[in-house]
Amino acid sequence: MSHATLTDKRPGSLRGATLPKWFPWAVAAGSIALGIGISAAAGLRSSIQWGLIAAVLFVLGTYGIAGRVEGRRQAKDRVVTSLVWVAFLLAVIPLASLVYETVKRGVKVLDGYFLTHSMGVVADKDPGGGIYHAILGTLQQVGIATVIAVPIGVLTAIYLVEYGRGKLAKAVTFFVDVMTGIPSIVAGLFVLSTWILILGMGASGFAGALALTILMLPVVVRSTEEMLKLVPNELREASLALGVPKWRTILKVVVPTSIGGITTGVMLAIARITGETAPLLMLVWVTDFINANPFSDAQGSLPVYIYLQYSAGGEAAYDRAWAAALTLIAFIMILNLAARGIARWKAPKTGR
Amino acid sequence: MAKRIDVSGLNAYYGSFLAIEDISMSIEPRTVTAFIGPSGCGKSTFLRTLNRMHEVTPGGRVEGKVMLGDENLYGAGIDPVSVRREVGMVFQRPNPFPTMSVYDNVAAGLKLNGNFKKSELDDIVERSLKGANLWNEVKDRLNKPGSGLSGGQQQRLCIARAIAVEPNVLLMDEPCSALDPISTLAIEDLIGELKERFTIVIVTHNMQQAARVSDRTAFFNLAAVGQPGKLIEMDETERIFSNPSVQATEDYISGRFG
Ligand SMILES: Nc1ncnc2c1ncn2[C@@H]1O[C@H](COP(=O)(O)OP(=O)(O)OP(=O)(O)O)[C@@H](O)[C@H]1O
Ligand SMILES: [Mg+2]
Repeated sequence: MSHATLTDKRPGSLRGATLPKWFPWAVAAGSIALGIGISAAAGLRSSIQWGLIAAVLFVLGTYGIAGRVEGRRQAKDRVVTSLVWVAFLLAVIPLASLVYETVKRGVKVLDGYFLTHSMGVVADKDPGGGIYHAILGTLQQVGIATVIAVPIGVLTAIYLVEYGRGKLAKAVTFFVDVMTGIPSIVAGLFVLSTWILILGMGASGFAGALALTILMLPVVVRSTEEMLKLVPNELREASLALGVPKWRTILKVVVPTSIGGITTGVMLAIARITGETAPLLMLVWVTDFINANPFSDAQGSLPVYIYLQYSAGGEAAYDRAWAAALTLIAFIMILNLAARGIARWKAPKTGR
Repeated sequence: MAKRIDVSGLNAYYGSFLAIEDISMSIEPRTVTAFIGPSGCGKSTFLRTLNRMHEVTPGGRVEGKVMLGDENLYGAGIDPVSVRREVGMVFQRPNPFPTMSVYDNVAAGLKLNGNFKKSELDDIVERSLKGANLWNEVKDRLNKPGSGLSGGQQQRLCIARAIAVEPNVLLMDEPCSALDPISTLAIEDLIGELKERFTIVIVTHNMQQAARVSDRTAFFNLAAVGQPGKLIEMDETERIFSNPSVQATEDYISGRFG
């Protein structure tokens, strides 16, 4: 193709027709109205159906109108943008409705009394009682798992990234991969067969914490590894070239540079294990009483509590289950916010 | 404090790839030596063998002898960490530690290595920043992050960081290649001042720079891609640029190739 034909194809001016800013909103409103209309006419009653029809209309409408007015390239751009928006909404709707539903049903019995009392003297079908024993158990079990898994996981990741060469590193990576895929019930069975059946220990919060550790470890290793890999090699070399030993370089330069990301990873790992139910049912059993000693006897925990209340049935139990679920979500949400805060606070500083 | 460097029969490998072969040279104390040569001929590799940074690269391996004063850097029982305290390095791209302030960057080598009193550290930081011609620009923002400085300031910060630990030798790998002419000039002036205290080795692609700052110049070349780089000749800078004894050097300097 010669230059002449190329320039011929270009429009004479750099300015093209543009649709106004409110165009996407207008199309969205129009397609929703049309979607509802079509569904009403066709007698569809599910809101999912009319939502999908509206989404399809939105994408098609955007392409049609923009293609007419602005040209094909802009139309494609708008379609991709609108597809991203549709995908985003599809992802957000279940999440938002889940939070909405939990808050709506959860606040009914969630109060100071509920958070500070156990179920010790309350029958499942009666109102009253609380989740203190479950909060205590969850905090202790997750706390123990974190205390074990974070140092081991972070050190493993440091080994893999900073020192690991050859067979041992490959083997460790392989086992971490395998561990990532372990279903929680299998982790529970593993602890059951070793800790309880072979070593003869009883059910306890600690046994549950061991299973949680197994689930948490690979997540911590993986996320820490990724964060350490992001640290530019130049920083390591700069430190080594100053005559700083390798271990100090890692401790004072590499880890501080990535501490924000590592913290976020740890928090996400904690969030992941906080909702585990199966291994706890198997290893910690259940109790309605406060047991502050994680090393002996059954303990409560939030996920197991929710499960038990829901299976007990009855209005009072349902209310308690929802309130406990809300507490659990709030706990994880707070952890995530804390992680973000720490990540921002510790992030490498810029600006003057 | 500056010491003489004597290299003899030095080979450096990346895995099984021989990057530089049979290099021998002497570098006098308190001089500036420039390394020039086409890209890929092994200037950086050779430079990094002078403070045992080459072996930090996976697969990096060195044969031969590098004498610093009367000690062989590759002799038995030599601790690479102590070598690097004697032979400092400034890299091509400025690389201040992003989590540290200007002050902590300069003090990093000392702080990470031992215990210094705050007043001692203050002195050393001020002296090093003045030595790197940066003090006036940063004295009001010592506690601000080092990555908030301009590129040229960051590079001078890295020089301050390197001279704060009082090495014998300062290696610089294209220290000005990311900088504007004014910052480059500032660093060239700085090199002139630093050579009164340190032995300086600088890699550069800029002939004028080599001519301006160095006392002696070494020209490296490689026969072909995949062949090891070699030292072609080394002489007084003036001679290399006016009347080199090898044809390849003249061709390279006059821009006939490379
Ligand atoms: N990390 C590495 N792994 C393998 N080979 C390498 C590595 N670094 C450099 N090399 C090779 O070693 C040879 C010399 O590289 P070196 O970086 O020393 O060249 P240089 O003279 O500094 O080039 P430039 O002027 O472009 O910086 C090149 O062939 C290069 O491909
Ligand atoms: Mg180089």
